[in-house]
Formats: sequence, C-alpha cells, structure tokens
Amino acid sequence: MITIILAAAPAGAVMTSTPFVAIFTIFVLAIFVGYYVVWGVTPALHTPLMAVTNALSSIVIVGAMLQTVTIEESVFTATSLLGAFAVFLASVNIFGGFAVTERMLSMFKPKSKNSAAIAYDATKKKRGDV
Amino acid sequence: MSDLTAMIAANADWFYLIGAILFVLTLRGLSSPKTAIRGNRLGMVAMAIAVITTFFLAEGPILWMIIGAMVLGAIVGMWKAKTVAMTQMPETVALMHSFVGLAAVAIALATVLHTEQAHGTLARLELFIGCFIGAITFSASIFAFGKLAAKSWAKTLVGGWIKPVQALLFIAMLGFGVLYFTTDSLPAFYAMTALAIIFGWMWIAPIGGGDMPVVVSLLNSFSGWAAAGIGFTLGNSMLIIAGSLVGSSGAILSYIMCRAMNRSLLNVLFGGIGTTTIAANTDDGAPKNYKSGSAEDAGFLMANASDVIIVPGYGMAQGRAQNAVKELYELLKAEGVNVRFAIHPVAGRMPGHMNVLLAEADVPYDDILEMDEINSDFASTDVVVVIGANDVVNPSAKDDPSSPIFGMPILEVNKAQTVMVIKRSMGTGYAGLDNSLFYMDKTMMIFGDAKKMVEEMVRSINGTGH
Repeated sequence: MITIILAAAPAGAVMTSTPFVAIFTIFVLAIFVGYYVVWGVTPALHTPLMAVTNALSSIVIVGAMLQTVTIEESVFTATSLLGAFAVFLASVNIFGGFAVTERMLSMFKPKSKNSAAIAYDATKKKRGDV
Repeated sequence: MSDLTAMIAANADWFYLIGAILFVLTLRGLSSPKTAIRGNRLGMVAMAIAVITTFFLAEGPILWMIIGAMVLGAIVGMWKAKTVAMTQMPETVALMHSFVGLAAVAIALATVLHTEQAHGTLARLELFIGCFIGAITFSASIFAFGKLAAKSWAKTLVGGWIKPVQALLFIAMLGFGVLYFTTDSLPAFYAMTALAIIFGWMWIAPIGGGDMPVVVSLLNSFSGWAAAGIGFTLGNSMLIIAGSLVGSSGAILSYIMCRAMNRSLLNVLFGGIGTTTIAANTDDGAPKNYKSGSAEDAGFLMANASDVIIVPGYGMAQGRAQNAVKELYELLKAEGVNVRFAIHPVAGRMPGHMNVLLAEADVPYDDILEMDEINSDFASTDVVVVIGANDVVNPSAKDDPSSPIFGMPILEVNKAQTVMVIKRSMGTGYAGLDNSLFYMDKTMMIFGDAKKMVEEMVRSINGTGH
C-alpha cells in the first residue's frame, strides 16, 4: 500500500521513510488502534473476543496460500506441501472461529418484557395455582 | 479476464486495506452484545476479501491443493464449532491458538525451503522471529489445552530444575536463531524451531490450572504477534494490522486477568505458583466451626428474600449446573425476588467464561453484572448464593495482610445478610487457601454437586408455594 502511495506521490514529494520503517509504522499504529478498540469491548464478551481474534489471526492463510505454488514446474515440493498444511490449519480456525463466535453471540439476549411473565405463568401452572 | 486479474493483483493492497478496516470494526462491534453479531459478520467479509485477493496475487498457485485444504479445514472447523459444548470453550480456544502457531511455523519453514527465493538479512530476521513465536505458541497452547481439558499427559511440572532448563533452552534457541541469521544455515533453523517447541512446553508446564485464564489470554496475544511476524516477512500490511489487533487484545486480556488476581504477569509466568501459597496455608491448626445446611433450607430462605445475588465460579462450569441455575433464577424472579448475577473477572477458566455459560442457559445479560458494578450492592442484599467459587469471594484478600492473595479485588459477599455456599467439600480452592467466609456466622455451607443442589433448591421453592 505504502509503495503505491509513494509511487503516486509527485516526484518532488519528500520521501522520508525506508520501506521497513513504513511498514513498522503501520505495525506500531495498529497496536494503538487495537489497544483503544479492545478496551472498549464489554467484559461479558471476552470469550467471544478470544474466539474471534483466533479467526482474525488466521489471516496467516494469506501467507500460506502464497507458498502453495508451483516451484520450478513441480507441484509437490516441501514448500507447497507445508503451505497447503498451513492453509488447512488456518481454514479450521477461520471457519471454526467465526462460526463458534456467531454461535456464542446469538446466545446473548437482553431481558425481554414477556419472559418474566411467561415464567410466572409457567410456575403457577406447575404448582396448580391456575 | 486477464485484464481483470492484472487489475486486482495491481490493486491488491487496496483490498487488503478494506479488509484491515473491517477487522477493526469487527472488534469494535464487540463493545455491546447488540452490535457484536454484525461485527462478526464484517470479520467474515474481511477474511473473504483477503482470501479472494490473494488468489489473484499468488504466482502459480496450485488451486486444487489450496481449495482442497480449505474445504477440509472448513469441514473440520464448522463441525467443531457446531458440536463443542460451551463448558469446553477454554480448551477449544487453547487448541485454536495452537493451530495459528503451527500454521505460522509451517509458513516460515515453507518460505525458508522455497528454492526460488533468496532471503536477505532482514527477511531472515523476520522469519526467525515469526517462526519461534509460532513454535512457542504451538506447544504452549497444546499444553494449555491438555491442562484445561484435564488430560493426563498435561502434568504440572514442579521442581527447582525447571528454571535453569527453561533459561538454557531459551538461550540455545536464540543461539541457533542467530546462527541462522548470520549464516543462512538450514539445520540451525530446524534446531531453533525444535528448541522453541520444547521451550514453549517447558514454559507453561509449571503453571497451575488456576492461572490458565492468564496463560490462555497471553497465548492469544502470541498468536497475534506470530501473524504480524508473517506479515513482516510478506510485507503485507493487512497481516500486520490483524496481528497487532489480536496481539494487543490478548495483552489487554492478560493484564485484566492479572489485575483481577493482584499479580504481575511475570509473577504468574515465572513466580513458582503453589510453593508460596501452600507454605502460608499451614499457619493455624485450630479447628474452626462452620454451619452446614440443606438445599431445602436454602430454597426457603431465597424464596422469602427480596434481593438475591448469585455468584458463579468454575464449580458451576465443572458441574454443568448453568441450566439448573437459570431455572432457579426464573423461579425466584417469578416469586418477585430481585435476582442478579455477580461475575468476578477471573471466575472460570478464561475471560468471560461465566457470561457465555449463562448466556447459553438463556439468562438475559442485563441481570449479569461485573464486579465493579455490583460490589456496592452486597451490603443491601438478603441472600448471596456462591456456586463453586472460592478465592474470588475470600475476605482474607481484603483484611488479612498475611494472606497470599491479600490485595486481590474480591466480590464482597461477606457484607450480605446471609451467604450460602454450594461446594463439594471443605477442601481448599485452586490457590490452596482456606476461606474465612466459610466460618462466618452468617454463612451456610451446602455440600454437594452444584447441579444437584441447585435442582433441589428449585424443587424446594416449587414446593413451598406462598
């Protein structure tokens, strides 16, 4: 991304950063974003947070896919097999992580006005008061 | 078509940027249960964008192999996600961390073995760091998984020899890493990876089960840093951003857990857990008296109270009592009792464990309160029911400076009028401490299995009928 921006910048623009510093800047700023966003997560959702962050860190699948390639015309190389293995592991986490998060989140329900009344009727019925 | 392919490949970074923004919004969504599901879906969209973009970017991808691995992974992942019980979430999360770690190791190895790529010094440094963080995450998470799932092979190691061995392994690992960095030697890279895997295991093995919430959060953080490491190797900003988000998320969770136990992270990781606490435990030999009661008495007391607070702990998860607890909650609500739940940050075996169990049992989240929200209400509460929690309600943490957990924030249940504690026996909790709450005049101990006792309470309340 940075390279595109730098390339698009007018020739006279001052380029202060080396590519590594540019990418390291992204890293540091992303930590700050993460810090503030995660403090905003309600403690009740800390377990779903861990499950979904698992799915997010499985973004390493991008790296795995880039290694599952033909090298010097051969399909089965140590690189491609390790890459495919990593694709598999990351996929388990991506699908599993998002699905289990969805499952957990769908359980969190606010108090509905009717539920207490229904429960009340149910207990009365059980006791034979009605 | 090929024009489109070229266009997408040339602008891949823009697609990755969209993905990164959606990832931030995913976490942002978790600020409230109302927006959380939408956030999760944005995360899925972001992941789909990233994966599709990468198909266009890869040079000579072996499509059948990639898609085959994905489909296989999807089947395993979806099946696990559908079938796993909520009580097993802590070990499931630990297992997922290990997958990220192992994937990072596989990617680093694949990159090192890529015969068409030469690796400069910077790339070697990134590979070395990414690989050892991944390897440590992998083996440490496997151990945490075993410990949380109570597998017999995950034995807590005790002994004075552990720390020197840990140090030795760590130094040797770094040594081989530096050797690889300077000479580009493959055997050194393998040796470093193997040592990192052993070190990860040895590092977590001495840590007790009660500290697993911290360990799981920390490994969550590590899996993020491993992803960021791979991102540096590829020069891909989306991986770096996602990795940093996860890394800081895990770090914050670890901090919250440590603060809730009044301990530092270093103390949890290297502080010889169990050794100091057991010594402090033997100081008084005098017999103490406690009152025990039946579940029926407890049910009667609760039904006639106007305010009841339920404090769940790991015992509720272990006894799978959450559905019985929910029944008790609804019954008391129907009796006109104000029932609420109080959750300590380290209750259970992972952050938010109790909340998920209660959500699964259909308890509305408005009645589930965090420690800081509810602590001032205990003094005006008639009955507190403690279900399988111990250290988090131990008053010694507040008033006994000699207690090993002195200073730890607790739920102040001892301020309530009557306290009822459901517990298997008078045995000590995870920290191996006696609990002065159990010997107070206002406390009634109810011995038995959490689920059975709560069910008996429900029956007793049903039977009284006003």
